[in-house]
Amino acid sequence: MREVVINLTYLLASAMFVFGLKGLTHPRSAVRGNLTGAVGMLLAIAVTLFDQRIIGFEMIIAGAIVGGLIGAVFAIKIQMTAMPQMVALFNGFGGAASVLVAGAALIESGLVDITGSMTQLVVATVASGIIGSVTFWGSLIAFLKLWEKLIPGGAIHFPGQQVVNALLAVVCVVLGALIIIDPTQISLYWILALVAGVMGILLTIPIGGADMPVVIALLNSYSGLAATATGFVLSNNVLIIAGSLVGASGLILTSIMCKAMNRSLANVLFGTLAPAEGSATADEVYAGKVKAASPEEVAMLFDTAQRVVIVPGYGMAVAQAQHVVRDLANFLTSQKGAVVEYAIHPVAGRMPGHMNVLLAEANVEYDQLKEMDEINPTLETVDVAMVIGANDVVNPVARTDPKSPIAGMPIIDVDKCRTVVIVKRSLSPGFAGIPNPLFAADNTLMMFGDGKKALLELLSALKEG
Amino acid sequence: MEAFVVALTIFVLAIFVGFEVITKVPPTLHTPLMSGSNAISGITVIGAILSAGTKLTTLTTVLGFLAVVFATINVVGGFMVTHRMLEMFRRK
Repeated sequence: MREVVINLTYLLASAMFVFGLKGLTHPRSAVRGNLTGAVGMLLAIAVTLFDQRIIGFEMIIAGAIVGGLIGAVFAIKIQMTAMPQMVALFNGFGGAASVLVAGAALIESGLVDITGSMTQLVVATVASGIIGSVTFWGSLIAFLKLWEKLIPGGAIHFPGQQVVNALLAVVCVVLGALIIIDPTQISLYWILALVAGVMGILLTIPIGGADMPVVIALLNSYSGLAATATGFVLSNNVLIIAGSLVGASGLILTSIMCKAMNRSLANVLFGTLAPAEGSATADEVYAGKVKAASPEEVAMLFDTAQRVVIVPGYGMAVAQAQHVVRDLANFLTSQKGAVVEYAIHPVAGRMPGHMNVLLAEANVEYDQLKEMDEINPTLETVDVAMVIGANDVVNPVARTDPKSPIAGMPIIDVDKCRTVVIVKRSLSPGFAGIPNPLFAADNTLMMFGDGKKALLELLSALKEG
Repeated sequence: MEAFVVALTIFVLAIFVGFEVITKVPPTLHTPLMSGSNAISGITVIGAILSAGTKLTTLTTVLGFLAVVFATINVVGGFMVTHRMLEMFRRK
């Protein structure tokens, strides 16, 4: 009877996770959705404590206090710009938990009767060990890359990388087979986790810069799949269901991010971005054609603008300019009667949806945030487009030059707007390492300078004029 | 074997449900979706609780304890930070 109640509660929790995620389909229902998921989790945890096999609670309570405190401090203190690092780290913790739980279950299986079949337990343990360990170590590298304090954020390549990865994968398979043949070889499991960990590190170090959103989404998916594998280890349906939901979510986001860069997942994971032979150099593109404008000149432009579109990039967040951008937009709306919208490229931030969170934090209205596909067909009627800290995502070369490394990547077509203002420190290239002809276009003005400072000057010029 | 097929059925159906629900989440909410689903993947805490509480050996207890710590960070941190972000989208 106790078993039945526990499993029915797990079913309820699973349903609440689905409803919780469903709530996230609209900002209005999202807060309630998240709370639904949290209550589902609480129910699942509470009912587990009634399991007959539990003989003492002190280690559970101690672990929950330590983990709860660390999690709460992270959640309260984290800056929104640092959200990608935190999600990367949390993905890793999920993977680590799966490795540890599966390892413990393997040891326990040799000591007491198990619920499901032994073959299922052992095979799933191997899967859990591999996926979980790749997730943990890969996420740790992703975290360090995004944090940029200990290791640089760019891609790191070494010769024979692919061969080493393939060898490690073979070793994992062999070790896995040995464990399945003789499940009492517990030490082999930890060696397997170690080898998979090295593989996780090596798979993540060659990925950097603009590809980070893909990696975080993929690791998010892995952390879910690791939980699913652990569900098979324990023959526990709520783990299988919850893990599958997360796995599906991560896969969808991964595919969206890849499409937004017009690259295949294999290309992101194993390929390199290099400027094509014979493409135009910066000098050829920019020489004598770039027009610089002062904040006062740009202010005059905005004076008569009816429709304004702001294109933010991660550079805006680095310069901490999002609050000034909002003040500027509000001034244009309230004092000049202009319609102001934000055009958001899917890879504008460092993780899926990151730019939207940064703008929401600066109190930008949800309705003003427009997706690329939604705003692109209307850009011809825009008087002024202002690009702040973005580069590759507005580079028209993506449409025109099939040999370019960003060829075919969907971009925000600001070059079709009547006037384009670029706020940028210099003419330096973006992650793709190629010059941007937009900067030299007839209808483009460059407002050079630090994003925040330049925009503050622009705002005060507008207020005076 | 029969139990495995049941578990596999649940797995496949849950993947389909996940795809159906999550494709409807707008790009604006993709970051909260990631942190929220992160919290849900902390469901491993259930397995961790069982290992930490059944105390079969010292090693499994320690492994269970560590897993409880990691998974609880995920659960508590994930749901809390998602709530914090979603509040930003809601306020007017």
